Amino acid sequence: MKSMLAAAALALAAGAAPAQVMPPDALVKDVMLDIQRYILEDKDLRGGDRVKTIQLIEQKALPHFNQLGMTALAVGVHWRKATPEQKKRLVEEFRTLILRTYASSLSAFADQKFEFRPMQIKPTDTDVTVPVRIVQSGTQPILVEYDMEKTPNGWKCYDIRIAGISLVVNYRTEFGIIVRDKGIDGLVEALQTKNKSLDKTQAGAGK
Amino acid sequence: MLALGLVLAASGCATTGAGDPRDPLETMNRGVLAFNDAADAALLLPAARAYRVVLPEGLRGMVRNFFTNLDDVWIGTNNLLQGKPADAASDGLRFLFNSTLGFFGLIDLASEVGLEKHNEDLGQTLARWGVGEGPYLMLPLLGPSTTRDTAALPVDWLADPVLTARPIALRNSLTAVRFVARREELLDTTRALEEAALDRYVFLRESYLQRRKSLVYDGRPPRERPPAE
Repeated sequence: MKSMLAAAALALAAGAAPAQVMPPDALVKDVMLDIQRYILEDKDLRGGDRVKTIQLIEQKALPHFNQLGMTALAVGVHWRKATPEQKKRLVEEFRTLILRTYASSLSAFADQKFEFRPMQIKPTDTDVTVPVRIVQSGTQPILVEYDMEKTPNGWKCYDIRIAGISLVVNYRTEFGIIVRDKGIDGLVEALQTKNKSLDKTQAGAGK
Repeated sequence: MLALGLVLAASGCATTGAGDPRDPLETMNRGVLAFNDAADAALLLPAARAYRVVLPEGLRGMVRNFFTNLDDVWIGTNNLLQGKPADAASDGLRFLFNSTLGFFGLIDLASEVGLEKHNEDLGQTLARWGVGEGPYLMLPLLGPSTTRDTAALPVDWLADPVLTARPIALRNSLTAVRFVARREELLDTTRALEEAALDRYVFLRESYLQRRKSLVYDGRPPRERPPAE
């Protein structure tokens, strides 16, 4: 189960590509191994240093996420009703939540065994799923899937499924209930409150 | 049990207009989750943490392997029932291989030689046979389930070498160790859940339902694209 978390942590790692368009499967592999290397080589990261971990994710992983698209998918049908200002704040708070959540488990995948399988990608493809498997003894390998779409700035990840559980789908249900009860502003507020409470608990347990 | 019945009766009258259609018993389920959380905090969580401290990772892995090896026979049976003889054969081989060369399952040699571990149970088999999942259920102590998976559970138990072990004292000890060991594996997951979720009940439910669907289709469920907007 530890590697499940590792997968979750790594899930943020779909980034760090050079400027030219790299195929999505190569991109995912590159970034995952790159981040793993950073963790292996840095004692603070292995020990779960929170500031450094957040920095690493921000630099290596986040640039390769379609953060706007991901937030829009998670907010679902209510996205259209949001004002530009609300949208901006939703993207910011959602980004912070995911960053905080995964920062605390990133150190766990220093010693994970990943299995990358070559993919058949046609030049016309604009939306693909890149599978990565985390292999471990005694249990079924954990499947991590990155849903990637082609953009003018390279392939970007818009959803992650860990063992079949989609991040976007999970949040869409949660967000939907909050928006229904308290509106878009209520959702922004709920995210802010959540992020603040995470800041408090993680700062305490971070080291 | 009586308390549970009362909660059930009370939730039966609750309005369901605003609720999730997959979860008509949400009021009761939330009550059961609160009960589970209390039981977990009082008993299981401390036991699991102690287990992690006392036993090094390598030995914990062996304990996990020992129990998961015993599952392979029933996993294979279910693969057979689902019309996947090749997977069933692989599960059977795994069990033979690990039970002998792997020292009673302590070492998962089969995975090393490419016989991959599967995840099957009767609930998944019923799903393959076309049985719908029915209302979502939060089971006391056992956690998230659906009506279909709960109905299948007693048969899974009958096929469980740990639960059918005798003498009773042995069965009870094995069951307790397995319960604690499984909880230990989930320590990081439950912490992540705590952190990621705005409403833990909802997050847990969505995760379970998605996970089960993925398992039923062996990791390749028919793809549903989220709506574009």
